[in-house]
Amino acid sequence: MMGPRTVEDVRRDFPLLTRRIGGEALAYLDNAATSQKPREVLDAIRVYYELSNANVHRALHTLGEEATAAFEEARKKVQRFLNAEKPAEIVFTRGTTEAINLVASAWGAQGLKEGDVVLLTEMEHHSNLVPWQLACARSGSRLRFIPVEANGTLDLPKLERSWDPRTRLVAVTHMSNVLGTINDVKAIAGLAHRRDALVLVDGAQSVPHFPVDVQDIDCDFFAFSSHKMCGPMGMGALYGKERLLDAMPPWMGGGEMIRAVWPEKSTWNDLPWKFEAGTPNVEGAVGLGAAIDYLHGLEFRTIAAWEEELSRHALQSLGAANGVTLYGDSPRRGPVFSFTLGSLHAHDVAQFLDREGIAVRAGHHCAQPLMRKLGVPATVRASLSFYNTFSEIDRLVAALDGALRFYA
Amino acid sequence: MSAFDELYQEIIMDHYRTPRNTARLDHIPQTLAHENPTCGDSLKLEVVMGDGEKLERVRFEGKGCAISTASASLMTEQVRGLSVAEARKLAGSFIRALRGEEPVDVLDGMGDLVAFKGLSSFPVRVKCATLAWHALLVTLPGN
Repeated sequence: MMGPRTVEDVRRDFPLLTRRIGGEALAYLDNAATSQKPREVLDAIRVYYELSNANVHRALHTLGEEATAAFEEARKKVQRFLNAEKPAEIVFTRGTTEAINLVASAWGAQGLKEGDVVLLTEMEHHSNLVPWQLACARSGSRLRFIPVEANGTLDLPKLERSWDPRTRLVAVTHMSNVLGTINDVKAIAGLAHRRDALVLVDGAQSVPHFPVDVQDIDCDFFAFSSHKMCGPMGMGALYGKERLLDAMPPWMGGGEMIRAVWPEKSTWNDLPWKFEAGTPNVEGAVGLGAAIDYLHGLEFRTIAAWEEELSRHALQSLGAANGVTLYGDSPRRGPVFSFTLGSLHAHDVAQFLDREGIAVRAGHHCAQPLMRKLGVPATVRASLSFYNTFSEIDRLVAALDGALRFYA
Repeated sequence: MSAFDELYQEIIMDHYRTPRNTARLDHIPQTLAHENPTCGDSLKLEVVMGDGEKLERVRFEGKGCAISTASASLMTEQVRGLSVAEARKLAGSFIRALRGEEPVDVLDGMGDLVAFKGLSSFPVRVKCATLAWHALLVTLPGN
């Protein structure tokens, strides 16, 4: 049960989940890549286009005012979703990747000097690694990495002992997209702030699974994507503390981000619009707002309780399955399970599972340095959402046995 | 036959389970291995030329999925005895056919390589099947 509703009932909110793949019922276990969308989100986007579509912020007509109101209302929903202090601290972006690039470019332009250090972890997604490689190349600063321990966690006392005093910023994932590890970002923020370093949290994987409170974490930046939390693709947001965003130069130039423009110079708009050049993704903001409402309607404690039951079942049955080696054993974890099957290549496993109607991910999961550390070229990854069922996990485990026999 | 069964045909599964012409190629440094980073596939290839400028022996060492292993194994059989020019022509044609740049029916005239026809429904797997052939083009003398 999902609180007052059955899982079967919740599944009916998601039109795509009724699809069949080659005659088999779809078992969608690739939620860490993207989630499916409930009817509420799809309807909100359709209704926006059917009733209120117009360009935002400057139109002096009813539609323009409605579109602007919908767009800014979505910003307030994100503000409350993250418990940010002000809507001005929420910058809409194309997603997590763009949000991190914004900080790496705009904050990095002034905040990073030659010899400075940006501290990452070995479990970062390429989207929280490559932007910092670029920022370091521009500024002459260096990257350092918090190592991942054998069980897939970070050793914070060790980090404290080996702290490099030139560290200006720590960029860390809230939840690993490979290992499922949930990092203690609050402790990391405290540790960094005592040493005058800032903290950026990559929340792409965490926001679909549990409530986030950026004031409690006390992170300086928080980035997330809409599409992994039931919202549309091409949408996301950056939270940044107001005084930091205020001090940062603009990132992209264009309409909306300016106050006044002369042929040779411009002045900048207020926060958050200073960082939102060009016509924004209003449909995306409306859809993200609807996704937030949908998740609140289910209640996060209900989501978390069901996902915990699913996780226990998945860990137990995958752990007992023939030939399965699981990666990551953090005591605090989300419903993401990476594994290898015997000596089979992950792509062959995923292709076989697809024949059975089971959608999983296979590959390096955009985390090549972590895969090298784990010593595997690729893993299979099953990632769950609150709309998954015990029987889907059982189908996965049975199909893995079938794959072993097929490729033997 | 389902698309899956078209992909993993018996001939491909046979070459995957018992790849032909494999060897430990320790004399080739890992830095010269051919890699497909998105899959983690890695392949070393050795080509020994014989009398009359024909490919006399082609061997490989690799780790990869069933498709890339079977493709490398089948390749070592198909190009043996060919001249460099013939091997180049075959590799180019095979790669173009899988990429959809040439009608896939050209595979009908390539012996056992016809087994890869089913790959056209799986564009993501094309790079698995072409890794060994790209390696061949780089390894052939006169490159």
